[in-house]
Amino acid sequence: MATKAEVLNFVRIYVDKMAEHRQELTDLDQAIGDGDHGINMNRGFKAVDEKLLTFADKTIEEILNAVGMTLVSTVGGASGPLYGTAFLRAGASAKGKEALSDQDVILAFDEGVGGIQYRGKAVKGEKTILDSMLPAIDAMKKSIGEGKSMTVALEEAEKAAWAGVEYTKTIIATKGRASYLGERSIGHQDPGATSMAYLFQAAKEAAQKAGK
Amino acid sequence: MKKFINDVENVENEMLEGIVLAHPEYVNRIPGFDVLVRAEKKVGKVALVSGGGSGHEPAHGGFVGKGMLDGAVAGAIFTSPTPDQVFEAIKAVDAGKGVLLVVKNYTGDIMNFEMAAELAEAEGIKVANVVTNDDVAVEDSLYTTGRRGVAGTIFVHKIAGAKAETGASLEEVQAIAEKVIANVRTMGVALKPCTVPAAGKPGFELSDEEMELGIGIHGEPGIERKPMQKADEIVDYLMARILKDMNPQSGDEVAVMVNGAGATPPMELYILNRRVSQILAEKGVKVFKTFVGDFMTSIDMAGASITLLKLDNELKTLLLAEADTIALKM
Repeated sequence: MATKAEVLNFVRIYVDKMAEHRQELTDLDQAIGDGDHGINMNRGFKAVDEKLLTFADKTIEEILNAVGMTLVSTVGGASGPLYGTAFLRAGASAKGKEALSDQDVILAFDEGVGGIQYRGKAVKGEKTILDSMLPAIDAMKKSIGEGKSMTVALEEAEKAAWAGVEYTKTIIATKGRASYLGERSIGHQDPGATSMAYLFQAAKEAAQKAGK
Repeated sequence: MKKFINDVENVENEMLEGIVLAHPEYVNRIPGFDVLVRAEKKVGKVALVSGGGSGHEPAHGGFVGKGMLDGAVAGAIFTSPTPDQVFEAIKAVDAGKGVLLVVKNYTGDIMNFEMAAELAEAEGIKVANVVTNDDVAVEDSLYTTGRRGVAGTIFVHKIAGAKAETGASLEEVQAIAEKVIANVRTMGVALKPCTVPAAGKPGFELSDEEMELGIGIHGEPGIERKPMQKADEIVDYLMARILKDMNPQSGDEVAVMVNGAGATPPMELYILNRRVSQILAEKGVKVFKTFVGDFMTSIDMAGASITLLKLDNELKTLLLAEADTIALKM
């Protein structure tokens, strides 16, 4: 179960994470991409932050949509359409819901990752966001299926996300700018998979704080 | 980092302001957007919109004007513009005959332009797009994102722009753009890396004795890093790969572009061009028209790229057609 306040808190925590890890994500991107992932994500979530105050009387659907639209219009690069589409799809999945049940949270993540797959035309194993997001969602589903709390489920999800990030070090990039490196991309962790792992970390912290 | 900037956050914005102040007879800025459009909207033709991250000046705003683009969208430095910006450009330039988007082959550019096209189509605007991918340094295979769009994109602006000016349909303009894309090949080399202002440090490291062959226009790695060589040897390396890919026959005609990466003196570009001409002459390939200068730069990178465009009569006519833009006049 996630209330509107918890969804807002999750967004707020992620805003802080993108500011905190701006340099780290940028450095990771400099190694195999074009060196701006942290800069772009931070710009986008700073814009989200400026809108947070106006979200107070909005529904969960509207909040997630507003986050998505803000990202689409401020991040640029590939991350803007990818993260933006994910939030927009998650928003659509929350239509008419005052609060999200655990199954609704899973649905929102499922729709979000579906949006990323649609927009990016990538699959697992291509050294992208998906390599942390897909295993994280699987881990979350498994925990919830076993009757665990949302906090535990998101702890498991975050763990799986970081394992996914580690996995990206072992594979060749075949999507995005890192693909130009071919085998030289091995050994480097994917910046997008990393920013996505922080998203699960933010969701976990929001759930912990709510005692869910 | 030593640059003529005021605030890293305002580089793109202040640059666009400066362009409009310098060239009001050529371009207008759509208020509130990072979009440059022709000072006088041309009606009765297909409109061309291109764009991409900033840092490649004069691309793409410098090619807005008669015979080339109708609108150019400037993203943050080396970052694709966002869909709302591209959508605004499409709406502004559409004159009822449709809009051709000229997109360079980068994941971000493709996604953002695609989202913009979806928005435009939902409003009933006819949109088509072409993706330029002229960089032979990248292997085009199932296992890569494909070749990068680099300086050859300017030939697409020029020739598709000229075609649009004749009143051709969107399909015809798209077809000629595809023909250019099929016949244009580029490869670049970097001597010194470039620095994105917001990053504050060079995007990669290159010692004083080294060069990166096959460099991308955002400093993406190339084919190999080698000790610095003489200009002619460097041209030989680049041309060998371009010619292998293009395989022009004796008697073929080409357009040549020797493009500076931003911090390369014209003097050196001409020295490179000298060897390009020699090699083509040896192969019996005729140089129809040569362009030397900064067309698609990479901020302050020292480096250059060589582009060849294989021509037929139709492309030759359109290449020579009138163009009047900030950065290219014919």
